Amino acid sequence: MKFSWMLFVFLVSRGTVLASIDAYPFPNKELTDRYEELISELRCPQCLNTNLAGSDAMIAQDLRREVHRMLIEGKTNEEVLDFMYYRYGDFVLYNPRFDLKTLALWLSPFLLFILAGFIWLKTVRTEKETLPWEEEDEKKFNEILESRSD
Amino acid sequence: MSFQKSLFIPLAAFLAMTIFLGFGFQLENAKVLPSALIDKPLPNFQLRDLQSGQMLRSADDLIGEVALVNVWGTWCPNCVIEHPQLLKISREQNIKIFGINYRDNNVEAKKWLKKYKDPYAFSVSDDEGTLAIDLGVYGAPETFIIDKSGFIRKRHVGPVNAKVWKEELKPVVDHLRGLEE
Repeated sequence: MKFSWMLFVFLVSRGTVLASIDAYPFPNKELTDRYEELISELRCPQCLNTNLAGSDAMIAQDLRREVHRMLIEGKTNEEVLDFMYYRYGDFVLYNPRFDLKTLALWLSPFLLFILAGFIWLKTVRTEKETLPWEEEDEKKFNEILESRSD
Repeated sequence: MSFQKSLFIPLAAFLAMTIFLGFGFQLENAKVLPSALIDKPLPNFQLRDLQSGQMLRSADDLIGEVALVNVWGTWCPNCVIEHPQLLKISREQNIKIFGINYRDNNVEAKKWLKKYKDPYAFSVSDDEGTLAIDLGVYGAPETFIIDKSGFIRKRHVGPVNAKVWKEELKPVVDHLRGLEE
């Protein structure tokens, strides 16, 4: 009972953490949505694992202001992300870009998948190969058993 | 034989994971973001000079020789800690230090420089933190080394102490000055 209360409080308080305090005015819903989307996929440079939306750090406040400014100026999402990437590098993007430095990050799941498939095929094959051996093993086993029972 | 070899697959996988995670966690532990601005030119700006409160300064005022650019604020405890070292460098090393007074109260900042002494050739007031953002700054103090053409060659996050100066910053300054001769 105590645990479920703790869980409840934890889940409820998480929601409030994700809401930023400063509210920037936008002329339309589309810009508001894009703003929300951008600040939730940009990582606060100071806080290691919080997005811009969820951080009260000074730098997060400043970067939210910059995102707002750029959207009002009519910049595209791509231009806003470029702005951040140019200044803060891969760290700031929760959705990292595909380039030489992030190659391992993007390709390793596929490589691991292929490797796993390869291992699986090999195991299946060796299991088939070991079948005739088992018959011989059984013969030997029976021989041993018979010699023991004497 | 192939059966025995396959016994080592889990071990190999485990070792591979250990190495990857080892590198990964080291990056997080260091808490230092690799700078995206190394070898790029100092971003341009138009900011007021802290002392005069009137005169506008731009990137051109910082360019001309190898120099340090230090981001500081009176609200930043580590800036007080590194301050004596900056004073020592400005006195003994014949190198200009430019200050970026980051998101600060101008009156408090001037008082602070009077109290702790001023190592800076000059400081600019970055009240909104726009220059700091252009420099990829995410806290204070941070220190950059620019070469004589105004390219950023080195960035240090956190306070500069005697060890950091001797082992990380001075070698870069000496190297850049060596290139000039």
